[in-house]
Amino acid sequence: MAEIRIRNLQKRFADFTAVKDSSLVLEDGKFVVLLGPSGCGKTTTLRMIAGLEFPTSGEITLDGEDVTYRRPRERDIAMCFQLFALYPHMGVRGNLEFPLRNERMPRAEIDRRVSDVASILRIGHLLGSSVTGLAGGDRQRVALGRAIVRQPKAFLMDEPLGTLDAEFRELMCVELRKLHDRLKTTTVFVTHDQNEAMALADHIVVMNQGEILQADSPHGIYSFPSCLFVAKFIGRPPMNLIKADAPVTRGDTFVRIGRREVDVPRVEAPSAGVIVGVRPEYVRLLGADQGCIGGRVQHVEYFGSHWVVEVQTDAGPIKVLADKSARPQTGLQVGLDFDKQHIVLFDSASEKLLPSAATLAHQPGMRHG
Amino acid sequence: MASITLEGITKNFGAVAALGGVSLDVADGEFFVLLGPSGAGKTTTLRVIAGLERPEAGCVRMNAQDVTAMPPAQRDCSFVFQQYSLYPHLSVYDNLAFPLRAPMRRVPEEEIKRRVEQVAATLHIESKLQRKATQLSGGEMQRVAIGRALVREPRVFLMDEPLSSLDAKLREELRVELKRVQRQSGATVVYVTHDQVEATTLADRIAILEAGRIQQVGTPEQIYRTPESIHVAQRLGSPQINVLPASWFGQEHPRAVANIAIRPEDVKVGRQGEGVDCTVIESSLLKHHVIAEYEGVEVRARFMEDVAPAPRSRIRLAFPREHRLLFDSEGRRIAA
Repeated sequence: MAEIRIRNLQKRFADFTAVKDSSLVLEDGKFVVLLGPSGCGKTTTLRMIAGLEFPTSGEITLDGEDVTYRRPRERDIAMCFQLFALYPHMGVRGNLEFPLRNERMPRAEIDRRVSDVASILRIGHLLGSSVTGLAGGDRQRVALGRAIVRQPKAFLMDEPLGTLDAEFRELMCVELRKLHDRLKTTTVFVTHDQNEAMALADHIVVMNQGEILQADSPHGIYSFPSCLFVAKFIGRPPMNLIKADAPVTRGDTFVRIGRREVDVPRVEAPSAGVIVGVRPEYVRLLGADQGCIGGRVQHVEYFGSHWVVEVQTDAGPIKVLADKSARPQTGLQVGLDFDKQHIVLFDSASEKLLPSAATLAHQPGMRHG
Repeated sequence: MASITLEGITKNFGAVAALGGVSLDVADGEFFVLLGPSGAGKTTTLRVIAGLERPEAGCVRMNAQDVTAMPPAQRDCSFVFQQYSLYPHLSVYDNLAFPLRAPMRRVPEEEIKRRVEQVAATLHIESKLQRKATQLSGGEMQRVAIGRALVREPRVFLMDEPLSSLDAKLREELRVELKRVQRQSGATVVYVTHDQVEATTLADRIAILEAGRIQQVGTPEQIYRTPESIHVAQRLGSPQINVLPASWFGQEHPRAVANIAIRPEDVKVGRQGEGVDCTVIESSLLKHHVIAEYEGVEVRARFMEDVAPAPRSRIRLAFPREHRLLFDSEGRRIAA
């Protein structure tokens, strides 16, 4: 069990700053995902927590103890690289024992640990088998078993599912989350894949260019993105971002887009020009002369349970998630309406989320800054 | 461009029967998707069409001409693989031009330039033509790989999971692009995937393949709305379709009905009224879904409210009659 804190962490490589002045509290027992595009600093942050890299400045504590410049072995944290890599010449038991033998653990203790892990992962019946003949799912469980058998205070994982094919990646996500629910070991997981992040995380930390942009629950990240970058990065199809150049002041309950007025949650800070953000599932498709904005259907995609419809309007393209009974036709004139409660506003100059009645009601799930 | 017909194709690898009598008709200009789990025989089917595998029995036709014994080069198919196979030492331009410079084609350089530039524009890689292949991002490399297939204007495109190595955002972008390019060029495409989203969004028609046999062929809507078996019903739709015991519904349906399936988005979520009382297992605001349990069976439902029902709380789920699909004890559909 461990709480990891990082304070004013900074890492420079020559004149390149990989991580800029980051502070974060990773609560005990949480599954935290560091999410961002390549080069955002997520792996460097993880490597500093692991002790594989020392920060240029700042501090890392593990359960209150300063470990900033300790070597990896002295931290009792397990770094897992690729989870799927097993030793083909060893059996299932051999693979599970390997990390413990390396530590010269007594035989009886090794046997106890291996049988615990096997029962947690329901692979007891496979202990005598060779790993080469295993089905995909069992293979993944063995790999996972090898990672947890050491019982470290925390797990650090760097894109562990990256090279798996899509089918097994989803399967492995489910296994990882189930395992976490059982063990409740603090986990820091690095990925660039938002689906993995959403499926696994208690908390998500979104990073870009060495900076932490937002740290919150998946719900907070999805519903109240802190800036345009996060809004665009999370969610498929992405959030609609509609430019409304008109200014707003505190207390406003609508925003002007061209000559139209669109109802929004009460604005709590002034802005010289806003961008209206609304996710496709909160846009309604209506008849040609209805709704607050009109346009022409440009492209449709069928997903079975719903359609994604792209509508060309004079405020730009807007994507709509339409009911499966909608049968939208390319070329059709339609009207659109937005679900007011789910609109967020961004200041177009700073690109930051503008406080509103809706955003202020939300309690961020994680401390950072 | 060409139509493709497969008739009773069987293909064995040693003792393993990869294809057990596959018959298909792909129309000229159609975007045809083979959907199935790994090991279903999708890639083998594609390789039989290309002529890379010789079937034990059955016949392959292109534009009604029997090509079963014809070598791959003469069939004029263009293959795109999951892993982009570019020449790392060549520029993007030369990678795209490569298929046209093959000795048997002898396309004049001027014509090559025109085609390469046209394809580059379609795939939005015009500005990268002078770069080395190794200087590209993953998405750009896959665009070039697709471009190299497009530039030849072959009779048929065969694509084997071309998007599965890309991240979610790029996959979505290239999906839209691929569909647009196919529409514009009127090319015949046979596309292999295990991803149901790619299948429903790209396909004119889908064939569901399972253990070397075709389970059903139809438009995405036909397969989603009227699956012929429980198996097929479970192949499309996320979260998966609910399969409920007929006993929940008393005497409402004929005796032969063993299971009743209903899509999560068709389940009605409420606090009272008709339906059954379920215990919430898990709910996600993000994915707008709730999983609840009744008599040991998990039921998935879509909901759009702002407050997620808490785990272990009670909700009422109803299964409107007009959305029910009926199946017999063998898993075959019975008309309502």
